[in-house]
Amino acid sequence: MTLRTFKDRLAAVHIKGSLLLLNAVAGILLLVLAAKAWPILGGRSLPSLLFSCAWSPWKGEFGFLPFILGSLAVTLVAMAIAAPVCLLSAVYLSEYAKRRTREALRLLIDILAGIPSVIFGLFGILFIVPLVSALEGSLGLPATGYSTLAGGLVLAIMVMPFIISVSLEVLRAVPMEAREAALALGTTPCEAAWHVVLKTARKGIVAALVLGFARAFGETIAVMMVVGNVPRVPHSLFDPAYPLPALIANNYGEMMSIPRYDAAMMLAALILMLVVGSFSLGARLVLRGIERRGL
Amino acid sequence: MRLRRFKESLFRFLMIASLSLVVTAFVAILATIVVKGASAMNLAMLLETPKGGYYLGKGGGIANAIAGTLYLGLGASLLSLLVGLPAALALQKEYARPWLSRFSRLVLDILWGTPSIVYGAFGFVVMVRFGIRASMLGGILALSLVMLPIMVRSMGEVIRAVPQELKESAYALGTTQTEVTLAVVLRQAVPGILTAILLAFGRGVGDAAALLFTAGYTDYMPGSLLDPVASLPLAIFFQIATPVPEVQARAYAAALILLAIVLAINLASRLLGRRFSRHVIQ
Repeated sequence: MTLRTFKDRLAAVHIKGSLLLLNAVAGILLLVLAAKAWPILGGRSLPSLLFSCAWSPWKGEFGFLPFILGSLAVTLVAMAIAAPVCLLSAVYLSEYAKRRTREALRLLIDILAGIPSVIFGLFGILFIVPLVSALEGSLGLPATGYSTLAGGLVLAIMVMPFIISVSLEVLRAVPMEAREAALALGTTPCEAAWHVVLKTARKGIVAALVLGFARAFGETIAVMMVVGNVPRVPHSLFDPAYPLPALIANNYGEMMSIPRYDAAMMLAALILMLVVGSFSLGARLVLRGIERRGL
Repeated sequence: MRLRRFKESLFRFLMIASLSLVVTAFVAILATIVVKGASAMNLAMLLETPKGGYYLGKGGGIANAIAGTLYLGLGASLLSLLVGLPAALALQKEYARPWLSRFSRLVLDILWGTPSIVYGAFGFVVMVRFGIRASMLGGILALSLVMLPIMVRSMGEVIRAVPQELKESAYALGTTQTEVTLAVVLRQAVPGILTAILLAFGRGVGDAAALLFTAGYTDYMPGSLLDPVASLPLAIFFQIATPVPEVQARAYAAALILLAIVLAINLASRLLGRRFSRHVIQ
């Protein structure tokens, strides 16, 4: 073996090994979370943990329902706000805007997407919470502002750039001929966008929204700064909520003193990872298909 | 016809309104942070560490957090690069069979989507197992878990985009795979690789959730790898939670610094990408 082939083999080992290491990390991550969460199941069934409201760790009661519903509530509020705004924006950028405008706004959206979540949280405290508090005041409610609505609004702003840029990619993949054919039949641009472009791209658009949902579901810091963190099932937009990621973030330090508390936190992390992982996997598979085969 | 025209203009109005909402949110965030941050900003914030009574509103700055964030970001970038670049190279068909490369890219997608709080919790468990307490080392490890998938996915894209003919013409000259990788593929992919590194660095620098239990927090400048280290995201997070207005104001200043770092990285990645694309054969 010459020096050259030796070097080549060595490099190949490093290169392939790194890829295997990366795959192994994913496996280890899942295994460790599952193994650490296992003790919480001792004497309890999984559904009884997931669908119980009783959260008193010091009595050994770990009911995750308030947190799961809190996460869902905040995320759904965020998606209800973000989805229409993002779709309309993406359609405008793809169908109406001139190239220059599109590139400029894309740059802005990229920058927005790179802003750290703690800054979104700070913006939430400074801007959104007072806004929600004023709204609560005008409705005659106790006006703290730290609520599901505030969390949803901050989260909506955070996922918007993400959803817009993915759906813009999808819309740009719709062949130009499809639009031209529709316009040639005498449709207005809006009809062409609605009946042809969006209809062709609907799978990809759904995938973009699902990705946004997954991103929002796992977001921690920004949400926990504005959402109130009260472990009760939220009944209105103005109730505080306590999402799963915030539960982990708030309790990790002190978990050692209470038995099984750490296992409960690990179960929360595992739920997060499985929900977010399966959603983003599904969406990515759809987007991958579009990338490869077209719409 | 009138109705259709009305629908068209309504639709157009709604779209422009949505887009303006996005732009307004962007401007509102920048304006809030810049205005609030600038009024609390001074030289001491940048250059001094917290002095006695800092958390009651007395003197000092957050130089410890600025330095800590840079240490953590650089350390984690270096570590991720060490594993990430070869892993991205391995996605080429010379190294991995198509199924393995497809599978790995799906795994990377899942890892990319995984919330950073999960990495933080995982990092903490691993650190407890090996008896490492909250420290710079722990923070770097957790952050590199956050950064790796971002880096590998975006590097993988550019590396796979290197034209096969280019590689084949090099192979035809009798080069080994490694030589082709180093001399052809890497050189072609340099702009994309730099962008990927900076993208991951920008993400890592701003991440608070992964550092919460792994890096700890300290009022001192970063020392050894095994000591706790301060970071800007956590400085913002902790200081805004205090009841003292002067300390809250420092959270705004810290946010302004973090925002400036992130925007600078963003800008740099755009400029560097352009600067280094001279060697790329189209």
